Amino acid sequence: MANVVSRAALFEAKAERAASRRNRLLATPALVIIGIFGVLPLLIILVYSFLEAAPYGGVQWKFSTDAYLNFLFQQDIFDDTLQFTPDFLIIYLRSFLFAVVTTVICLLLGFPTAYFMATRTPAQRNWWVLLITIPFWSNLLVRTLAIMFIIRDEGLINNLLMGLGVIEKPITMLYTNFAIQLGLLYSFLPFMILPLYASLEKLDFRLVEAANDLYATRRQALWRVIIPLSLPGIIAGCLLVFIPALGAYVTPLILGGGIHLMIGDLIAQQFGSGRNWPLGCAQALILMAAVLVALYFYVRNTSGKVQHG
Amino acid sequence: MPDKPGRNAIEVVNVSKIFGSGEGQVAALDTVSVSIRENEFFTLLGPSGCGKTTLLRLIAGFDFPSAGEILLYGEDIAPLPPFKRPVNTVFQSYALFPHMTVADNIGFGLEMLGKPKDEIQARVAQMLKLVKMEALSNRRTSQISGGQQQRVALARALAPQPKVLLLDEPLSALDYKLRKEMQIELKRLQHETGITFIFVTHDQEEALTMSDRIAVMSAGKILQVGSPRDIYDRPAERFVADFIGETNFLKGTVVSKKSGVATVKLASDAIVAAGFPEDFDPSDAVTVVVRPEHADLIADASKGTVAGTLANVVYFGTDTHYHVKLDSGDNFIVRQQNSRSGAVTFEPGAKVGIVFEDDGARILRD
Repeated sequence: MANVVSRAALFEAKAERAASRRNRLLATPALVIIGIFGVLPLLIILVYSFLEAAPYGGVQWKFSTDAYLNFLFQQDIFDDTLQFTPDFLIIYLRSFLFAVVTTVICLLLGFPTAYFMATRTPAQRNWWVLLITIPFWSNLLVRTLAIMFIIRDEGLINNLLMGLGVIEKPITMLYTNFAIQLGLLYSFLPFMILPLYASLEKLDFRLVEAANDLYATRRQALWRVIIPLSLPGIIAGCLLVFIPALGAYVTPLILGGGIHLMIGDLIAQQFGSGRNWPLGCAQALILMAAVLVALYFYVRNTSGKVQHG
Repeated sequence: MPDKPGRNAIEVVNVSKIFGSGEGQVAALDTVSVSIRENEFFTLLGPSGCGKTTLLRLIAGFDFPSAGEILLYGEDIAPLPPFKRPVNTVFQSYALFPHMTVADNIGFGLEMLGKPKDEIQARVAQMLKLVKMEALSNRRTSQISGGQQQRVALARALAPQPKVLLLDEPLSALDYKLRKEMQIELKRLQHETGITFIFVTHDQEEALTMSDRIAVMSAGKILQVGSPRDIYDRPAERFVADFIGETNFLKGTVVSKKSGVATVKLASDAIVAAGFPEDFDPSDAVTVVVRPEHADLIADASKGTVAGTLANVVYFGTDTHYHVKLDSGDNFIVRQQNSRSGAVTFEPGAKVGIVFEDDGARILRD
């Protein structure tokens, strides 16, 4: 009897191993792509960041930590002393500010929208999801240029306001922080709405009825039941907006006119006109490190409150 | 407390509820009026789609009536949102908050009412004891069984001491044994708390065993309100008789009638005396109903009220059902209680007579 059982167990373990082997095989193509186009370039960036810049772009194969030093310090022209220059740091902080403001406003705009969508009939919901995803059908660059045409001095808004006699001189909106912020909000709002919707759509609205029944006003039901239960969607939405917003490149380039730089443009500059590849690599890695640290604290603070079930 | 007249806790006055609009509109409730007394265990009984849950939701405040008034101790609560009504609900799905512990669930209502922390704690402890869940107070609601969730849902709804407790088929998700246990438990809770219970079910047995009074509903209307015995013994309509318990229906014609009893000639030419409801004046062709346990089988077919051939015998443990094919072509079921002192047994195929108990036959509205 025992023999039979152990043989069955042996067979089961064998079958399990085979299944796990098969499943690994399924993931192999994706893993290979990630390895070649994700991990390998990252390693190259890491190596380059510790090399010396060649005068006309590219790198010289000499070890150097100048790239990291140059992030915060600049060599004096006359002697060798290092001077603290916060220019890059300011761009980083401004980018973080942009990303945070984008995330917060997207959340404030996205949550009511997602809630509205989730409370429609199933047939209507599909239409709303379609409407939200329509912007993805056209290129981000094209859409950003469209914003430019709307907000520039001779654009739609200014012409309309001047035509109505509300203002005499056009309001300068293009190439300002406002323009960048507007562009970021516009680009990333769907990335907030969709995960929020996915979370709220699964919410059992009888729980909201139960809360109301137990004397919770609509506001209390929102804070005590709806928000805690849609926390996974809120976390996903915030990550999906914050991280790409931080590294946004096209939007600040076009709507900020190159005057108001964000991290993405700064890094691109090092590989272009700056001709300092190691510095660009270092800046990219510093950004990545900053995001990882921020993520760590964000997830640690929110995941404890998430309940699945 | 059967039929104890008291103050009315809830009065539903000419309430209608219409869903949808235009062509697709459906009247879930059609000018329904009913009074529910203080401290009573009142059941809304009917098949699915009869409007019983709609009526409960109107009382809870999740939906608002299209017409009519809902009075709670004389005050019209129909326009109030649910969080302003001193009425709590036990949901069919329990609707426990999955992100809170058992204790937090039970304390939620009191917390929303802004009660002080120590009062909430004391009350939660009291409720946990009432539903015998003290040991599990810190568990998440996803970590407890269905029966335990049921108890938590009850405790949560009772904790704020509502004037009326609404129960929407709360036992339907439980297995048979647990359901029987909870039926007794619910009666005990109602007795101990003295709160008016309004209970919605489609299970007639549940309704009969638990209720002080029952309202039988069908197609958005209340057909009859009365004690379980009233409803069972003196159903007002054919639907009520058919829905609650098993019933035999026999066609006949009224020959004569006097003070609540009519003489009816059945299709088989047999003459029977049959009672009828006060507010009903039977004439000509009528349907006579007889409960299976209000009839008896006899071996001598010629001496029975009606006669037929025994088609089938079904043994149920506590009793036996005899399916008789009447000579008139109708089917008739007779139920006999089984006992050790072996009553006469009949074999399928035998010619048998059926006799009715006194007052066993009644005439009903179709």
